[in-house]
Amino acid sequence: MDFLRPTTWEDALAAKAGQPDALPVQGGTDVMVEINFDLHRPAALLDLNPVRELAEWDVVDGRLRVGAGVPYVRLIEELGDRLPGLAQASRTVGSPQIRNRGTVGGNLGAASPAGDSHPPLIAGDAEIEVASAARGVRMIPATEFYTGVKRNALEPDELIRAFWTDPAPGPQYFSKIGTRNAMVIAVCSFAIALHPGRRRVGTGVGSAAPTPRRATAAEDFLSAELDWEGRGPLSISAAKEFGELVKRAASPIDDVRGTADYRRHALSVMARRTLTWAWNDYRDGAKAGKEAS
Amino acid sequence: MRVNFTVNGSKETVDDVWEGESLLYVLRERMGLPGSKNACEQGECGSCTVYLDGVPACSCLVAAGQVEGREVRTVEGLAQGSTGSDQQLDPVQEAFVEAGAVQCGFCTPGLIVQSHDLINRVPDPSDAEIREALAGNLCRCTGYEKILDAVRLAASRKAAAQ
Repeated sequence: MDFLRPTTWEDALAAKAGQPDALPVQGGTDVMVEINFDLHRPAALLDLNPVRELAEWDVVDGRLRVGAGVPYVRLIEELGDRLPGLAQASRTVGSPQIRNRGTVGGNLGAASPAGDSHPPLIAGDAEIEVASAARGVRMIPATEFYTGVKRNALEPDELIRAFWTDPAPGPQYFSKIGTRNAMVIAVCSFAIALHPGRRRVGTGVGSAAPTPRRATAAEDFLSAELDWEGRGPLSISAAKEFGELVKRAASPIDDVRGTADYRRHALSVMARRTLTWAWNDYRDGAKAGKEAS
Repeated sequence: MRVNFTVNGSKETVDDVWEGESLLYVLRERMGLPGSKNACEQGECGSCTVYLDGVPACSCLVAAGQVEGREVRTVEGLAQGSTGSDQQLDPVQEAFVEAGAVQCGFCTPGLIVQSHDLINRVPDPSDAEIREALAGNLCRCTGYEKILDAVRLAASRKAAAQ
Protein backbone atom coordinates (compact mmCIF):
# COMPACT_ATOMS: atom_id res chain seq x y z
CA MET A 1 0.00 0.00 0.00
CA ASP A 2 1.18 3.53 -0.75
CA PHE A 3 0.61 6.47 1.56
CA LEU A 4 0.33 9.78 -0.28
CA ARG A 5 0.64 13.05 1.62
CA PRO A 6 0.16 16.02 -0.71
CA THR A 7 0.29 19.39 1.03
CA THR A 8 -1.48 21.50 -1.60
CA TRP A 9 -4.75 21.03 -3.50
CA GLU A 10 -2.89 21.00 -6.83
CA ASP A 11 -0.61 18.23 -5.57
CA ALA A 12 -3.60 16.32 -4.25
CA LEU A 13 -5.31 16.43 -7.66
CA ALA A 14 -2.06 15.39 -9.33
CA ALA A 15 -1.68 12.51 -6.89
CA LYS A 16 -5.25 11.34 -7.53
CA ALA A 17 -4.74 11.59 -11.29
CA GLY A 18 -1.51 9.60 -11.02
CA GLN A 19 -3.08 6.96 -8.83
CA PRO A 20 -6.85 6.93 -9.40
CA ASP A 21 -7.32 3.91 -7.14
CA ALA A 22 -5.92 5.82 -4.14
CA LEU A 23 -8.56 6.18 -1.44
CA PRO A 24 -8.83 9.71 -0.03
CA VAL A 25 -8.86 9.88 3.77
CA GLN A 26 -9.85 12.84 5.96
CA GLY A 27 -10.88 11.99 9.52
CA GLY A 28 -10.59 8.26 8.86
CA THR A 29 -13.85 7.53 10.68
CA ASP A 30 -15.14 5.44 7.76
CA VAL A 31 -11.97 4.59 5.87
CA MET A 32 -10.03 3.21 8.84
CA VAL A 33 -12.90 1.00 9.98
CA GLU A 34 -12.80 -0.75 6.62
CA ILE A 35 -9.04 -1.16 6.77
CA ASN A 36 -9.01 -2.29 10.42
CA PHE A 37 -11.52 -5.02 9.59
CA ASP A 38 -9.79 -5.83 6.32
CA LEU A 39 -13.01 -5.17 4.41
CA HIS A 40 -11.18 -3.00 1.96
CA ARG A 41 -7.50 -2.90 1.08
CA PRO A 42 -6.97 0.15 -1.14
CA ALA A 43 -3.89 0.37 -3.32
CA ALA A 44 -3.04 3.64 -1.62
CA LEU A 45 -4.28 6.06 0.99
CA LEU A 46 -4.39 9.71 -0.02
CA ASP A 47 -4.19 11.73 3.19
CA LEU A 48 -5.95 15.06 2.71
CA ASN A 49 -5.33 16.38 6.24
CA PRO A 50 -2.24 18.34 5.19
CA VAL A 51 -4.19 20.23 2.49
CA ARG A 52 -5.05 23.11 4.75
CA GLU A 53 -7.52 24.93 2.50
CA LEU A 54 -9.89 21.95 2.68
CA ALA A 55 -10.45 22.73 6.36
CA GLU A 56 -11.55 26.30 5.64
CA TRP A 57 -14.93 27.82 4.81
CA ASP A 58 -15.85 31.11 3.28
CA VAL A 59 -18.75 33.22 2.03
CA VAL A 60 -18.58 33.82 -1.72
CA ASP A 61 -21.20 36.11 -3.27
CA GLY A 62 -23.53 35.42 -0.38
CA ARG A 63 -23.18 31.64 -0.60
CA LEU A 64 -21.28 29.45 1.82
CA ARG A 65 -18.41 27.44 0.41
CA VAL A 66 -17.46 24.88 3.03
CA GLY A 67 -14.25 22.91 2.51
CA ALA A 68 -14.56 19.14 2.40
CA GLY A 69 -12.23 18.81 5.39
CA VAL A 70 -14.13 20.96 7.91
CA PRO A 71 -14.96 18.56 10.77
CA TYR A 72 -18.48 18.25 12.18
CA VAL A 73 -17.48 19.92 15.45
CA ARG A 74 -16.60 23.10 13.57
CA LEU A 75 -19.75 22.99 11.43
CA ILE A 76 -21.71 22.97 14.70
CA GLU A 77 -19.70 25.70 16.41
CA GLU A 78 -18.95 28.01 13.51
CA LEU A 79 -21.86 27.51 11.12
CA GLY A 80 -24.70 26.37 13.39
CA ASP A 81 -26.48 29.72 13.02
CA ARG A 82 -26.25 29.77 9.24
CA LEU A 83 -26.80 26.07 8.56
CA PRO A 84 -29.05 24.91 11.40
CA GLY A 85 -30.29 21.78 9.60
CA LEU A 86 -26.80 20.56 8.84
CA ALA A 87 -25.65 21.48 12.35
CA GLN A 88 -28.45 19.44 13.88
CA ALA A 89 -27.48 16.49 11.70
CA SER A 90 -23.81 16.97 12.60
CA ARG A 91 -24.67 16.79 16.29
CA THR A 92 -26.06 13.30 15.77
CA VAL A 93 -22.90 11.96 14.14
CA GLY A 94 -21.13 9.36 16.29
CA SER A 95 -19.56 10.80 19.41
CA PRO A 96 -17.46 13.87 20.23
CA GLN A 97 -14.31 12.02 19.18
CA ILE A 98 -15.90 11.15 15.83
CA ARG A 99 -17.23 14.69 15.31
CA ASN A 100 -13.75 16.06 16.01
CA ARG A 101 -12.42 14.13 13.01
CA GLY A 102 -15.30 13.27 10.69
CA THR A 103 -16.11 15.57 7.76
CA VAL A 104 -18.90 16.19 5.27
CA GLY A 105 -16.33 15.51 2.55
CA GLY A 106 -15.84 12.04 3.98
CA ASN A 107 -19.59 11.51 4.25
CA LEU A 108 -19.94 12.46 0.57
CA GLY A 109 -17.02 10.26 -0.44
CA ALA A 110 -18.43 7.23 1.39
CA ALA A 111 -21.95 8.05 0.04
CA SER A 112 -23.64 5.72 2.50
CA PRO A 113 -27.42 6.00 2.21
CA ALA A 114 -27.39 6.46 6.01
CA GLY A 115 -24.89 9.35 6.07
CA ASP A 116 -26.23 12.06 8.36
CA SER A 117 -25.16 15.09 6.34
CA HIS A 118 -26.90 14.05 3.11
CA PRO A 119 -30.56 14.91 3.91
CA PRO A 120 -29.83 18.52 4.98
CA LEU A 121 -27.51 19.02 1.99
CA ILE A 122 -30.31 17.89 -0.33
CA ALA A 123 -33.01 19.88 1.47
CA GLY A 124 -30.81 23.00 1.35
CA ASP A 125 -30.12 22.66 -2.40
CA ALA A 126 -26.39 22.24 -1.84
CA GLU A 127 -23.97 21.73 -4.69
CA ILE A 128 -20.83 19.65 -4.44
CA GLU A 129 -17.65 21.13 -5.90
CA VAL A 130 -15.38 18.43 -7.25
CA ALA A 131 -12.21 18.82 -9.27
CA SER A 132 -9.67 16.94 -11.31
CA ALA A 133 -6.25 17.91 -12.60
CA ALA A 134 -7.32 17.21 -16.19
CA ARG A 135 -10.75 18.87 -16.37
CA GLY A 136 -10.81 21.35 -13.53
CA VAL A 137 -13.83 22.13 -11.40
CA ARG A 138 -17.27 20.55 -11.75
CA MET A 139 -20.36 21.47 -9.71
CA ILE A 140 -22.77 18.63 -8.95
CA PRO A 141 -26.17 19.26 -7.30
CA ALA A 142 -26.45 17.18 -4.13
CA THR A 143 -29.50 15.41 -5.55
CA GLU A 144 -27.40 14.11 -8.45
CA PHE A 145 -24.33 13.29 -6.39
CA TYR A 146 -25.53 9.98 -4.94
CA THR A 147 -25.75 7.31 -7.62
CA GLY A 148 -26.19 4.08 -5.66
CA VAL A 149 -25.49 2.38 -2.35
CA LYS A 150 -22.09 3.78 -1.35
CA ARG A 151 -21.60 5.13 -4.87
CA ASN A 152 -21.29 8.72 -5.97
CA ALA A 153 -20.85 10.74 -9.14
CA LEU A 154 -17.08 11.21 -8.76
CA GLU A 155 -14.82 10.20 -11.61
CA PRO A 156 -11.75 8.16 -10.59
CA ASP A 157 -9.43 11.16 -10.92
CA GLU A 158 -11.70 13.58 -9.04
CA LEU A 159 -11.62 14.78 -5.45
CA ILE A 160 -14.28 16.59 -3.41
CA ARG A 161 -13.21 20.17 -2.76
CA ALA A 162 -16.21 21.72 -0.96
CA PHE A 163 -19.94 21.98 -0.76
CA TRP A 164 -21.82 25.17 -1.58
CA THR A 165 -25.10 26.16 -0.04
CA ASP A 166 -27.02 29.30 0.85
CA PRO A 167 -27.07 30.39 4.48
CA ALA A 168 -30.49 29.19 5.67
CA PRO A 169 -33.09 31.58 4.21
CA GLY A 170 -35.71 30.06 6.54
CA PRO A 171 -36.20 27.46 9.25
CA GLN A 172 -34.42 24.12 8.87
CA TYR A 173 -34.76 20.93 10.87
CA PHE A 174 -33.26 17.46 10.92
CA SER A 175 -34.61 14.40 12.65
CA LYS A 176 -33.16 10.92 12.96
CA ILE A 177 -34.28 7.59 14.37
CA GLY A 178 -31.84 5.46 16.33
CA THR A 179 -31.58 3.34 19.43
CA ARG A 180 -29.80 5.98 21.50
CA ASN A 181 -28.70 9.60 21.26
CA ALA A 182 -25.11 8.81 20.31
CA MET A 183 -23.09 6.38 18.23
CA VAL A 184 -26.04 5.58 16.04
CA ILE A 185 -26.27 4.89 12.35
CA ALA A 186 -29.63 6.26 11.25
CA VAL A 187 -32.50 3.80 11.01
CA CYS A 188 -33.91 6.56 8.88
CA SER A 189 -33.64 10.34 8.88
CA PHE A 190 -35.35 13.38 7.44
CA ALA A 191 -34.43 17.00 6.78
CA ILE A 192 -36.65 19.93 5.91
CA ALA A 193 -35.66 23.43 4.77
CA LEU A 194 -38.04 26.30 4.05
CA HIS A 195 -37.06 28.64 1.23
CA PRO A 196 -39.56 31.49 1.78
CA GLY A 197 -38.10 33.71 -0.99
CA ARG A 198 -38.86 31.06 -3.58
CA ARG A 199 -41.88 29.76 -1.69
CA ARG A 200 -40.41 26.31 -1.82
CA VAL A 201 -39.94 23.54 0.68
CA GLY A 202 -36.81 21.39 0.47
CA THR A 203 -36.68 17.83 1.79
CA GLY A 204 -34.08 15.11 2.21
CA VAL A 205 -34.79 11.49 3.09
CA GLY A 206 -31.96 9.41 4.57
CA SER A 207 -31.41 5.70 5.08
CA ALA A 208 -34.66 4.72 3.41
CA ALA A 209 -33.61 4.07 -0.20
CA PRO A 210 -30.44 3.02 -2.05
CA THR A 211 -29.40 6.69 -1.97
CA PRO A 212 -30.38 9.73 0.05
CA ARG A 213 -33.13 11.40 -1.94
CA ARG A 214 -35.62 14.23 -2.21
CA ALA A 215 -39.34 13.69 -1.59
CA THR A 216 -40.31 15.64 -4.70
CA ALA A 217 -44.09 15.13 -4.63
CA ALA A 218 -44.15 16.11 -0.95
CA GLU A 219 -42.20 19.29 -1.75
CA ASP A 220 -44.50 20.24 -4.62
CA PHE A 221 -47.63 19.62 -2.58
CA LEU A 222 -46.47 21.58 0.44
CA SER A 223 -44.92 24.48 -1.47
CA ALA A 224 -48.32 25.13 -3.06
CA GLU A 225 -50.27 24.47 0.12
CA LEU A 226 -48.46 26.73 2.59
CA ASP A 227 -49.70 30.25 3.29
CA TRP A 228 -46.34 31.92 2.65
CA GLU A 229 -47.75 35.45 2.51
CA GLY A 230 -50.14 35.41 5.46
CA ARG A 231 -48.09 32.97 7.53
CA GLY A 232 -51.33 31.31 8.48
CA PRO A 233 -51.55 28.14 10.52
CA LEU A 234 -50.66 24.74 9.09
CA SER A 235 -53.69 22.54 8.68
CA ILE A 236 -53.54 19.11 10.26
CA SER A 237 -54.63 17.52 7.01
CA ALA A 238 -51.82 19.24 5.07
CA ALA A 239 -49.22 18.11 7.59
CA LYS A 240 -50.57 14.58 7.42
CA GLU A 241 -50.58 14.56 3.64
CA PHE A 242 -47.00 15.84 3.62
CA GLY A 243 -46.00 12.95 5.91
CA GLU A 244 -47.81 10.53 3.64
CA LEU A 245 -46.04 11.84 0.52
CA VAL A 246 -42.63 11.70 2.22
CA LYS A 247 -43.36 8.12 3.20
CA ARG A 248 -44.21 7.27 -0.39
CA ALA A 249 -40.96 8.79 -1.63
CA ALA A 250 -38.98 6.20 0.31
CA SER A 251 -38.11 2.71 -0.88
CA PRO A 252 -36.60 1.19 2.24
CA ILE A 253 -35.48 -2.34 2.97
CA ASP A 254 -35.71 -4.61 6.00
CA ASP A 255 -32.32 -4.86 7.69
CA VAL A 256 -30.72 -5.20 11.12
CA ARG A 257 -31.53 -1.61 12.04
CA GLY A 258 -35.23 -1.70 11.21
CA THR A 259 -37.94 -2.95 8.90
CA ALA A 260 -39.11 -1.21 5.77
CA ASP A 261 -42.56 -0.71 7.32
CA TYR A 262 -41.10 0.87 10.43
CA ARG A 263 -38.93 3.19 8.33
CA ARG A 264 -41.91 4.33 6.26
CA HIS A 265 -43.98 5.00 9.35
CA ALA A 266 -41.13 6.81 11.14
CA LEU A 267 -40.53 8.99 8.08
CA SER A 268 -44.14 10.13 7.98
CA VAL A 269 -43.94 11.04 11.67
CA MET A 270 -40.60 12.86 11.34
CA ALA A 271 -41.84 14.72 8.26
CA ARG A 272 -44.95 15.91 10.07
CA ARG A 273 -43.05 16.93 13.19
CA THR A 274 -40.18 18.74 11.50
CA LEU A 275 -42.66 20.56 9.26
CA THR A 276 -44.61 21.68 12.32
CA TRP A 277 -41.47 22.96 14.04
CA ALA A 278 -40.30 24.74 10.89
CA TRP A 279 -43.64 26.29 10.09
CA ASN A 280 -44.13 27.47 13.67
CA ASP A 281 -40.70 29.14 13.51
CA TYR A 282 -41.65 30.76 10.22
CA ARG A 283 -44.92 32.02 11.69
CA ASP A 284 -43.00 33.40 14.67
CA GLY A 285 -40.92 35.30 12.16
CA ALA A 286 -37.77 33.47 13.13
CA LYS A 287 -35.31 33.66 10.28
CA ALA A 288 -33.73 30.28 10.93
CA GLY A 289 -34.58 27.09 12.79
CA LYS A 290 -33.86 27.07 16.45
CA GLU A 291 -31.02 24.89 17.60
CA ALA A 292 -32.58 21.59 18.52
CA SER A 293 -30.47 19.37 20.69
CA MET B 1 7.24 3.69 5.94
CA ARG B 2 8.77 5.99 8.50
CA VAL B 3 6.62 8.25 10.70
CA ASN B 4 7.99 11.18 12.71
CA PHE B 5 5.78 12.67 15.37
CA THR B 6 5.74 13.98 18.91
CA VAL B 7 4.37 11.71 21.63
CA ASN B 8 3.85 13.10 25.11
CA GLY B 9 6.33 15.87 24.40
CA SER B 10 9.05 13.64 23.00
CA LYS B 11 10.02 13.61 19.31
CA GLU B 12 9.87 10.08 18.01
CA THR B 13 10.67 8.26 14.79
CA VAL B 14 9.03 4.95 14.04
CA ASP B 15 10.15 2.74 11.17
CA ASP B 16 8.59 -0.12 9.24
CA VAL B 17 5.07 1.18 9.76
CA TRP B 18 2.53 -0.43 7.43
CA GLU B 19 0.66 2.23 5.47
CA GLY B 20 -2.77 0.98 6.55
CA GLU B 21 -1.81 0.79 10.21
CA SER B 22 -3.61 2.82 12.85
CA LEU B 23 -2.04 5.26 15.27
CA LEU B 24 -3.30 2.98 18.04
CA TYR B 25 -1.27 0.06 16.71
CA VAL B 26 1.83 2.20 16.45
CA LEU B 27 1.46 3.43 20.03
CA ARG B 28 0.78 0.02 21.55
CA GLU B 29 2.77 -2.40 19.44
CA ARG B 30 5.68 -0.34 18.17
CA MET B 31 6.24 2.23 20.93
CA GLY B 32 5.39 0.34 24.11
CA LEU B 33 2.61 2.69 25.11
CA PRO B 34 -0.23 0.30 26.01
CA GLY B 35 -2.29 2.87 27.94
CA SER B 36 -4.59 3.50 24.98
CA LYS B 37 -6.71 0.37 24.74
CA ASN B 38 -7.64 -1.64 21.69
CA ALA B 39 -11.23 -2.82 21.79
CA CYS B 40 -13.66 -2.15 18.96
CA GLU B 41 -11.31 -0.79 16.26
CA GLN B 42 -14.25 1.12 14.78
CA GLY B 43 -14.60 4.25 16.88
CA GLU B 44 -17.56 2.94 18.86
CA CYS B 45 -16.02 2.48 22.30
CA GLY B 46 -13.61 5.36 22.93
CA SER B 47 -11.04 3.16 24.73
CA CYS B 48 -8.26 4.35 22.44
CA THR B 49 -8.95 8.09 22.82
CA VAL B 50 -5.83 10.27 22.60
CA TYR B 51 -5.20 13.94 21.94
CA LEU B 52 -4.17 14.65 18.35
CA ASP B 53 -2.90 18.23 18.15
CA GLY B 54 -4.86 18.89 21.34
CA VAL B 55 -8.15 17.43 20.06
CA PRO B 56 -9.48 14.08 21.33
CA ALA B 57 -9.69 11.42 18.66
CA CYS B 58 -10.07 7.66 18.48
CA SER B 59 -6.51 6.58 17.68
CA CYS B 60 -7.82 3.41 16.02
CA LEU B 61 -9.31 5.61 13.28
CA VAL B 62 -6.23 7.74 12.64
CA ALA B 63 -3.95 6.31 9.98
CA ALA B 64 -0.39 6.23 11.30
CA GLY B 65 0.86 8.31 8.38
CA GLN B 66 -1.61 11.05 9.25
CA VAL B 67 0.29 11.92 12.44
CA GLU B 68 3.47 12.82 10.55
CA GLY B 69 4.78 16.04 12.10
CA ARG B 70 1.90 16.24 14.56
CA GLU B 71 1.55 16.01 18.33
CA VAL B 72 -0.04 13.11 20.15
CA ARG B 73 -0.73 13.01 23.86
CA THR B 74 -1.80 9.71 25.38
CA VAL B 75 -3.04 8.84 28.86
CA GLU B 76 0.61 8.14 29.74
CA GLY B 77 1.33 11.81 29.11
CA LEU B 78 -1.21 13.28 31.51
CA ALA B 79 0.67 12.77 34.78
CA GLN B 80 3.27 15.35 35.76
CA GLY B 81 6.90 14.45 36.32
CA SER B 82 8.89 11.40 35.33
CA THR B 83 7.76 7.90 36.05
CA GLY B 84 8.27 6.57 39.53
CA SER B 85 7.50 7.78 43.01
CA ASP B 86 7.81 11.49 42.21
CA GLN B 87 5.11 11.26 39.54
CA GLN B 88 2.01 13.30 40.21
CA LEU B 89 -1.19 11.97 38.70
CA ASP B 90 -3.41 14.41 36.87
CA PRO B 91 -6.39 15.56 38.98
CA VAL B 92 -8.74 13.68 36.63
CA GLN B 93 -6.79 10.46 37.22
CA GLU B 94 -6.85 11.01 40.98
CA ALA B 95 -10.57 11.68 40.91
CA PHE B 96 -11.21 8.42 39.02
CA VAL B 97 -9.27 6.49 41.68
CA GLU B 98 -10.96 8.21 44.59
CA ALA B 99 -14.50 8.04 43.21
CA GLY B 100 -14.22 4.33 42.47
CA ALA B 101 -14.75 5.01 38.79
CA VAL B 102 -12.36 2.19 37.85
CA GLN B 103 -13.45 -1.42 37.90
CA CYS B 104 -11.86 -3.62 35.24
CA GLY B 105 -10.07 -0.50 34.04
CA PHE B 106 -10.20 -1.20 30.33
CA CYS B 107 -12.28 1.86 29.43
CA THR B 108 -10.50 4.09 31.95
CA PRO B 109 -7.70 5.57 29.81
CA GLY B 110 -10.13 6.70 27.12
CA LEU B 111 -12.56 8.10 29.67
CA ILE B 112 -9.76 9.96 31.41
CA VAL B 113 -8.49 11.61 28.23
CA GLN B 114 -12.03 12.54 27.19
CA SER B 115 -12.89 13.87 30.68
CA HIS B 116 -9.60 15.78 30.78
CA ASP B 117 -10.57 17.53 27.55
CA LEU B 118 -14.10 18.26 28.79
CA ILE B 119 -12.88 19.93 31.98
CA ASN B 120 -10.37 21.99 30.03
CA ARG B 121 -13.09 23.24 27.71
CA VAL B 122 -15.97 23.45 30.20
CA PRO B 123 -14.67 24.10 33.72
CA ASP B 124 -18.02 23.49 35.42
CA PRO B 125 -19.85 20.95 33.24
CA SER B 126 -23.49 20.11 33.83
CA ASP B 127 -24.52 16.46 34.03
CA ALA B 128 -25.93 16.75 30.54
CA GLU B 129 -22.61 18.10 29.28
CA ILE B 130 -20.68 15.29 30.98
CA ARG B 131 -22.98 12.66 29.50
CA GLU B 132 -22.71 14.22 26.06
CA ALA B 133 -18.91 14.44 26.27
CA LEU B 134 -18.63 10.80 27.34
CA ALA B 135 -21.28 9.47 24.94
CA GLY B 136 -18.60 7.79 22.84
CA ASN B 137 -16.86 6.00 25.71
CA LEU B 138 -18.33 2.65 26.69
CA CYS B 139 -17.94 1.13 30.16
CA ARG B 140 -19.43 -2.29 30.77
CA CYS B 141 -18.72 -2.46 34.53
CA THR B 142 -19.62 0.65 36.42
CA GLY B 143 -23.01 1.74 35.15
CA TYR B 144 -21.35 5.17 34.68
CA GLU B 145 -22.55 6.69 37.97
CA LYS B 146 -19.09 6.54 39.57
CA ILE B 147 -17.59 7.91 36.39
CA LEU B 148 -19.93 10.90 36.52
CA ASP B 149 -18.94 11.32 40.19
CA ALA B 150 -15.27 11.32 39.20
CA VAL B 151 -15.73 13.96 36.53
CA ARG B 152 -17.71 16.18 38.91
CA LEU B 153 -15.02 15.72 41.57
CA ALA B 154 -12.20 16.54 39.16
CA ALA B 155 -14.04 19.63 37.90
CA SER B 156 -14.74 20.94 41.40
CA ARG B 157 -11.13 20.37 42.49
CA LYS B 158 -9.80 22.12 39.45
CA ALA B 159 -12.16 25.05 40.05
CA ALA B 160 -11.10 25.21 43.72
CA ALA B 161 -7.42 25.20 42.77
CA GLN B 162 -7.83 28.24 40.54
